[in-house]
Amino acid sequence: MPEYQNIFTQVQVQGAPEWGMDNENNMMEERFGRPRFSNLVGWIGNAQLGPIYLGYMGVISLATGLLWFNIVGFNMLAQVGWSIPEFIRQLFWLALEPPSPEYGLSMPPLNDGGWYIISSFFLLVSVMSWWLRTYLLAVEHKMGKHIAWAFLAAIWLFLVLGLFRPVLMGSWSEAVPYGIFPHLDWTTAFSIRYGNLYYNPFHCLSIVFLYGSVLLFAMHGATILAVSRFGGDRELEQIYDRGTASERAALFWRWTMGFNATMEGIHRWAWWFAVLTPITGGIGILLTGTVVDNWFIWAQEHNFAPMYDGSYGYEAYGTYEGFIGQEE
Amino acid sequence: MLPKWFDDWSEKNPIDIYRPAILLGTVGGVVFVVALLVTWGQPLATESLQTGPRGTGMSVPEFKADLAKPDPSIIDYYTEAAYDPADSGELARDVYENVQVLGDVTEDNFNRLMNAMTQWVSPDEGCAYCHAGADEGNYADDDLYTKVVSRRMIQMTQGINENWDAHVNANKEVGVNCYTCHRGQNVPSDIWFRISPVNENVEGWAANQNRATMVSQSTSLPSDALEQYLLNYEQIAVHDLDSRVDTQPGDPTIQNTERTYSLMNYFSNSLGVNCVFCHNSRAFYDGAQNTPQWATASLGIVMVQELNNDYLVPLRDVYPPERLGPIFSDAPKAACATCHKGYQQPLQGQNMIADWPELATTGTPEY
Repeated sequence: MPEYQNIFTQVQVQGAPEWGMDNENNMMEERFGRPRFSNLVGWIGNAQLGPIYLGYMGVISLATGLLWFNIVGFNMLAQVGWSIPEFIRQLFWLALEPPSPEYGLSMPPLNDGGWYIISSFFLLVSVMSWWLRTYLLAVEHKMGKHIAWAFLAAIWLFLVLGLFRPVLMGSWSEAVPYGIFPHLDWTTAFSIRYGNLYYNPFHCLSIVFLYGSVLLFAMHGATILAVSRFGGDRELEQIYDRGTASERAALFWRWTMGFNATMEGIHRWAWWFAVLTPITGGIGILLTGTVVDNWFIWAQEHNFAPMYDGSYGYEAYGTYEGFIGQEE
Repeated sequence: MLPKWFDDWSEKNPIDIYRPAILLGTVGGVVFVVALLVTWGQPLATESLQTGPRGTGMSVPEFKADLAKPDPSIIDYYTEAAYDPADSGELARDVYENVQVLGDVTEDNFNRLMNAMTQWVSPDEGCAYCHAGADEGNYADDDLYTKVVSRRMIQMTQGINENWDAHVNANKEVGVNCYTCHRGQNVPSDIWFRISPVNENVEGWAANQNRATMVSQSTSLPSDALEQYLLNYEQIAVHDLDSRVDTQPGDPTIQNTERTYSLMNYFSNSLGVNCVFCHNSRAFYDGAQNTPQWATASLGIVMVQELNNDYLVPLRDVYPPERLGPIFSDAPKAACATCHKGYQQPLQGQNMIADWPELATTGTPEY
């Protein structure tokens, strides 16, 4: 009997490609790409690749996304004097930067953030049309809109960083650069500029939900894998007709910690934790620089930044000569 | 391939060899690693220098193996005790021609210093590196640029020891002499030149960052931090010290913060320390949570501004082209690493002026 419980799915179901349902909207006609199978893809998911349904929104999203990607890439290439080797060498360092602060919310010259504004517009269209696509596809499938709303939570954070907060601050220079290392530099500098973001309560909440999501994901994933030998991976059946897998999973957690989620409820837990991560994070970012300018001082005013007893400077604890082993 | 009797025997006596093999391999591997660690010790053991109150996480960790190795240039340091001025000849200005900065030094001490400078700066080239006519006994001419630069550098060294006592003798008498920077090389290591703007076809803040350069310490942070803060007297400003928004025109932006970050990163690398050597990283700006080293470093910033603007930059026209910067043909400039070279104290706190009172003051040396 083949092993099914593993890190990877070892059992691959391959046969006649599955085309999915058709319905009154003739989605079948708009699906394209000949379905094929891949063993490699089968290890981590369904072995069947394609067909795909793009629709208007998918096409708009891909086209504008590609424009954004190319504007960023060609700007990087221009910055290294159109040298391909230098472009590859400096790729992780390069960025398309937002405008300099003096331009405020006006349209800057192309070579000082103008391209950033243009590309950001395309990125906005791309992301929003992809969101609309997740919504419309859910409608077509007569599904709930949970995926679209969850995606919108992430988009909220994205919009706060690149649109809402810069507008409230009155300057596009507040936006995040498009670059691998530069956006990380921005993140650190943002925290330091506003007196340490760790003292921002919404940042704290966001971290709680982020780490909580990780914990819930691990607990749920492990629970289902552990009872899949009893059919626990067929979660939907277990929701409306609770079987031994569901019973054992529930009993395991009830006996472990006195409380257990239900087969359906655990997905609400996961959804809310995941969604609240960017929502709370976005609120924290939006308040930074617009309402609160120094989170550490703010935390001191609200009496939750403790002071420590003890001296500052190594002289109180030892000598440099002792540290480098040259004490006389 | 194997003999038939073996295959027959194996078939009749089926046994799972994989489980015991994996078990034995795992246990054996653990025993092997533990034996290595017990006999040879932890190869990556660290030692920490605590720099702040318990609970703040303020400490500078180093590998014990690195701490055990002294700065390699200490062993090459040449020094020689001073001669008694009452018994070491007349003053140099009376003995030699064209002595402009060390005239008050007695002849023997003057020659002792000249010899040491040769060891420190041009051990291979000898006297002729600065004195073109050395072989003919002509030491007075100023026709080599190296001699003109040296004279200014002696003044700079004296100025540092005399006016920046609080920086160079902050913990104990250390001071500086030529070797602090030169370490036996004609041109000191870790000098810097202006390179910004680093990006083509862009203006503004996009032009001075996002390139792995020497000045940005291979980060994507701005490459003009040394230029702005250690040459152009740019004020280091990062935070707003009001909790609630009270933004004034000219308040620091995130871009200013990134440039400061670039400078601070340079500081850390130059001194071989981390942020918490000077700051409590939870509130970088807060003077009440800074260490005394922060004050020493702050003085260092002002000192380096003076060294660059008063001594090094004005020498630009004295240098031949090959000594100038690659992009702007600017004079070579100094910063933290030029002296510190990765150590908290240059040459790990070796006293560089004990034997060299001539370099410790602009006035008459006290022996």
